[in-house]
Amino acid sequence: MTTLDVTPGPGAAPRYRALGAQTRMELRLALRNGEQLLLTLVIPIALLLLFVKAPIAGVPKPRIDFLMPGVLALAVMSTAFTGQAIGTGFERRYGVLRRLATTPLSRPALLSAKTIAVILVEILQVAILCAVGAALGWNPHGDPAMVVGVLLLGTACFSALGLLMAGSLRAEATLAGANLLYLVQLAIGGVAVPLTEFSDGVRHLLELLPLGAMTDGLRAVLNHGDNVPAHDWVTLAVWTGAGMLAASHWFRWDD
Amino acid sequence: MAAVEVSSLVRRYSPDAGISDVSFEAPDSAVTALLGRNGAGKTTTVEICCGLRRADSGEARVLGLDPTRDGRKLRGRLGVMPQAGGSGASGVYPSVRVEEALQLYAALYRQPLAIDDLLDTLDLQRVRRTTWRRLSGGEQQRLSLALALIGRPAVAFLDEPSAGLDVHARQTTWELVRELRSAGVAILLTTHDLAEASVLADHVVIIDSGRVVAAGSPADLTRDASTRGLRFEAPPGLPLAGLDTALPEGANAQEVRPGHYVVGPRVDPDVVASVTAWCAQQGVMADNLTTSGRSLEEVFLSLTAPDSA
Repeated sequence: MTTLDVTPGPGAAPRYRALGAQTRMELRLALRNGEQLLLTLVIPIALLLLFVKAPIAGVPKPRIDFLMPGVLALAVMSTAFTGQAIGTGFERRYGVLRRLATTPLSRPALLSAKTIAVILVEILQVAILCAVGAALGWNPHGDPAMVVGVLLLGTACFSALGLLMAGSLRAEATLAGANLLYLVQLAIGGVAVPLTEFSDGVRHLLELLPLGAMTDGLRAVLNHGDNVPAHDWVTLAVWTGAGMLAASHWFRWDD
Repeated sequence: MAAVEVSSLVRRYSPDAGISDVSFEAPDSAVTALLGRNGAGKTTTVEICCGLRRADSGEARVLGLDPTRDGRKLRGRLGVMPQAGGSGASGVYPSVRVEEALQLYAALYRQPLAIDDLLDTLDLQRVRRTTWRRLSGGEQQRLSLALALIGRPAVAFLDEPSAGLDVHARQTTWELVRELRSAGVAILLTTHDLAEASVLADHVVIIDSGRVVAAGSPADLTRDASTRGLRFEAPPGLPLAGLDTALPEGANAQEVRPGHYVVGPRVDPDVVASVTAWCAQQGVMADNLTTSGRSLEEVFLSLTAPDSA
């Protein structure tokens, strides 16, 4: 009844092939998820349009120049943190990670695939957001390499925190928590509301949060052509290091 | 050297849960069935063998390798089908299509099976573009089996491979397992389906409360001379005292389950004649009359403790 030749021919594929296939899978999952696209593209674009076009007080002018750095940082957070935490949390719940652990795909390869997929999605986001920004009259300054540096360090930082959450909490808790943190950081990360609106004490505290530091760093470059302030680099680096340490300690591959 | 060698394996979760002493071997070109009730320790044993869990003590060797220490060397040679389980943790992304899952797994192994051949054999061609979450339970099970076999493994761990399958799909699965055996694969499957174990397995290892309580071929387990008897089925509640007096000296009759009768301890032509004659007298038809040993089910029931829960 079957013509299947099941003679053993065991062995692992070359690593690049496994990595390529897993990266394609990660990308497919990220782009297929509708709720995810809402966070990664729809909300950032809506924020740009809303705050540029609607007469909302408190947004410094030119509004698009003020908004773009925060929206770019938000886009990175949505993919590297929120999307990755929720996706990975449910992979853990569905036993996907556990099953993959019985295949030749190594853990470093799995994490690399996730990272590459996150960066590819971010490139797409940044391209679209920059195009929308340009259409709204955005006038960026500064060294592009510096901008890329902040975006990459931010990605590493949010990935570590996202994986920490996904690997240590239940999938439902991760879903709720990652979305809540997205909203909270959106409100207090200097994206649409300048941190200067807060009292000095609160402002210094908010600048110590990852999104606040990213927004502050990007704004220094893109709006003023300055260097990224050292304290923003340090803030992001500390969060990244702490996040990675904690994730490697508390991450559990199965539920 | 057997493909899978497990000796004195211990893994405790709590004083009452886990495995406390499991030893067995699963050779090449053979189907070894781990048989036990829910919670007996079957899955834990398999998980240790495929490197997902560490044992507290004892040793598991697969193809001569330690599943946790030599995992990287080993994983290209294993095919693992996890239990579908109550939590739905069958290990496949819910939003992924059948062919996409197979393409991913095919890319992880050196000489994978052709995806179309697997789809044909397991009757999944119709649903190749369907996402996992829209598959029926049986289709999910078959895809899960396909993912376990796509890498042409030398050792296959199948945790309840035919759970939830309809009769046809179960036959297909059994056929495939037999082909794996003919091709030289060592197959370790867990099941609580006694019919599956008796038709499919070359070796049966019965686990109860974390210990191996019996092991051998289904024939060995059921042939045990001390368990020979004459068995028949008839309406429940026959007046067996009458039969006892009709039986030759030393023999007696028992109703082991309602409607299931066993006459023993020995069987000879006199016993058969007395039983059939007595049944005729009673006007009762003795169905399924047999003088073979116990069924695997009876062996299993006698060896495994009743549910204490």
